[in-house]
Amino acid sequence: MTTVTSTGRGLLPTAEPLALLTAAGEPVAAPALPMPGDEVLLDLHRRMVLGRRFDAQATALTKQGRLAVYPSSRGQEACEVGAVLALEDRDWLFPTYRDSVALVTRGVDPIETLTLLQGGWHLGYDPYEYRVAPQCTPLATNTLHAVGLAHAARYQGEDSVALVLLGDGATSEGDTHEALNFAGVWQAPVVFLVQNNGYAISVPMSKQNAAPSLAHKGIGYGVRSELIDGNDPAAVYATVRDAVQAAREGGGPTLIEARTYRIEAHTNADDANRYRDPAEVAYWLSRDPLDRLEAYLRSRGLLDDARRDAVLAEAEAFAAKVRDGMNADVEPDPAELFEHVYAQPTPALREQAAQLAEELR
Amino acid sequence: MSLSMAGALNRGLADALEADDRVLVFGEDVGPLGGVFRVTDGLTARFGERRVFDTPLAESGIVGTAIGMAMNGLRPVVEMQFDAFAYPAFEQITSHLAKLRNRTRGKVELPVVVRIPYGGGIGGVEHHCDSSEMYYTHTPGLRVVTPGTPEDAYHLLRASIDSPDPVIFLEPKRLYWGKSEVDFDAGVPMDRAVVRRAGSDVTLIAYGPMVPVALETADAAREEGWDVEVVDLRTLSPFDDETVAASVRKTGRAVVVHEASGFCGYGAEVAARLTERCFHHLHAPILRVTGYDIPYPPPKLEEHHLPNTDRVLDAIARLQWDDQVDGVVGVA
Repeated sequence: MTTVTSTGRGLLPTAEPLALLTAAGEPVAAPALPMPGDEVLLDLHRRMVLGRRFDAQATALTKQGRLAVYPSSRGQEACEVGAVLALEDRDWLFPTYRDSVALVTRGVDPIETLTLLQGGWHLGYDPYEYRVAPQCTPLATNTLHAVGLAHAARYQGEDSVALVLLGDGATSEGDTHEALNFAGVWQAPVVFLVQNNGYAISVPMSKQNAAPSLAHKGIGYGVRSELIDGNDPAAVYATVRDAVQAAREGGGPTLIEARTYRIEAHTNADDANRYRDPAEVAYWLSRDPLDRLEAYLRSRGLLDDARRDAVLAEAEAFAAKVRDGMNADVEPDPAELFEHVYAQPTPALREQAAQLAEELR
Repeated sequence: MSLSMAGALNRGLADALEADDRVLVFGEDVGPLGGVFRVTDGLTARFGERRVFDTPLAESGIVGTAIGMAMNGLRPVVEMQFDAFAYPAFEQITSHLAKLRNRTRGKVELPVVVRIPYGGGIGGVEHHCDSSEMYYTHTPGLRVVTPGTPEDAYHLLRASIDSPDPVIFLEPKRLYWGKSEVDFDAGVPMDRAVVRRAGSDVTLIAYGPMVPVALETADAAREEGWDVEVVDLRTLSPFDDETVAASVRKTGRAVVVHEASGFCGYGAEVAARLTERCFHHLHAPILRVTGYDIPYPPPKLEEHHLPNTDRVLDAIARLQWDDQVDGVVGVA
């Protein structure tokens, strides 16, 4: 038996993506979930503005050679921000390489967030400080880590939940299927959020999947599934919040497919014009998640120019902090190469460390 | 007490489960069945399904979830049913289990033990008899352990479960059933090879399934007039240069024996390390006696593939005992 969510649905996702706001920012008729409170909506807006500015700054840093590479999530801010704000501090986030905006939204120091892409080390932050797992570069392997961590939380009597982020391409990987199956069998407190941004680098959904939706893949594993409009920040927040709450209360896992779009290329090194039509990008720009939320907040009288300007100014200051941090030349210490391979360096590693130290003398 | 290796491992798991609530044992068929080799026999009954349980049949899933559990403070001991069945978990083992400590600058510790029954000699059909040690020893961040006796099996398993590093624990299938005395108070450290039998003329270097073959060869060699020292490596990674090199410096001759194929096999690393460290003590090239460079053969042919006493004796005979002997010495 799988517990139904507060929307009363079972395993099957809806045929059309759930939304709370239309593309124009108007509330939908007969919403499936309650609209988040005003404070949450304003926080979503502020974080999305900060996230988008951070993303643009990181892309700019690749042009200046300060970052080795950056996979942009522009256009996906509703997912990056909405999902993370739906978590409590005691919950865990399992991000991928495209989820740097999710990391800074979670509170990870922006410089520490970019250490991996800067090339200073494979990871810049302490996962336990933020309850954020290392950003995962191989696809879908983090889904299993999330299930294991969530299972261990419950084993130890904690009510924390793990949220794992993955992309449409990752749903083709075997680990996604093993993770959904384990999560279903164990009823693990884990939420899978698939950001379906249309492309796995260059490969479109039509070559990735034959199911009616990616959310349908949950059914075979007994995992409750939701299909949502991933450019609707209110819907992302409400759906993830609902799934996290269900998991926390023993209701088991949820798979959420959020339909969104990657406005930029796969990374700064990719040329998206080789595989997609600019008209398609233009269509998705007209469905921008931030515009949508702003329109709604203005219609409700919650956002005016003064408040928006204040948030933009905060975003500029945030970007300046990122620039300054990334422009500081911090040379990694070569001696550290040998320190964290094992708990204690082996005799052979001590010899090799001495050899490198001698070369550098 | 006298125990089989399977029995000693079973006792090791039970004692670890008893000692620490954070230890969990899981995998395919390890629950009520007790594992296909009965290594987990009775553990679910004694410790409950919460601690010792069957998982879905998915090796990547088993190792991947073990990583997540270890991130959250547990000490999983997982079983891969057979050597070749561990390959679906290869990405989780090499890309994550081995690397997360390094990626996180030591913040994330993964005390996971992956138990893998390995090797041949039991008449197993394809995919049931691989010697896969080199895939793991070549991966920095993993410890690779393989016991050659029931007593070592008990102590090395306990030490592996206590280790802060991930351990690939390779259990020689063909040694599961042979019994010998186990002293539960014996001191058996990880990372240290042991001189299983002292000798002065030549060092046989073996591990896991080949330890009994090396010991039998040492007995047979006595009749030929050779006093053979046998070193049991026990831990394949990290390598105990000190113990092994000391033995070879003493004897001046060495043969490495393993079941796995010779090409790029573990013996190549051992021979290279010893040549680098002991060159001026060597009276002959270091030879390897290994399985052939073929996929593991079917049961009716495996005896031709596996190193045996005759083959090791032949190698010893080729160690340039006569100073007049010159030229290339072939590899067995």
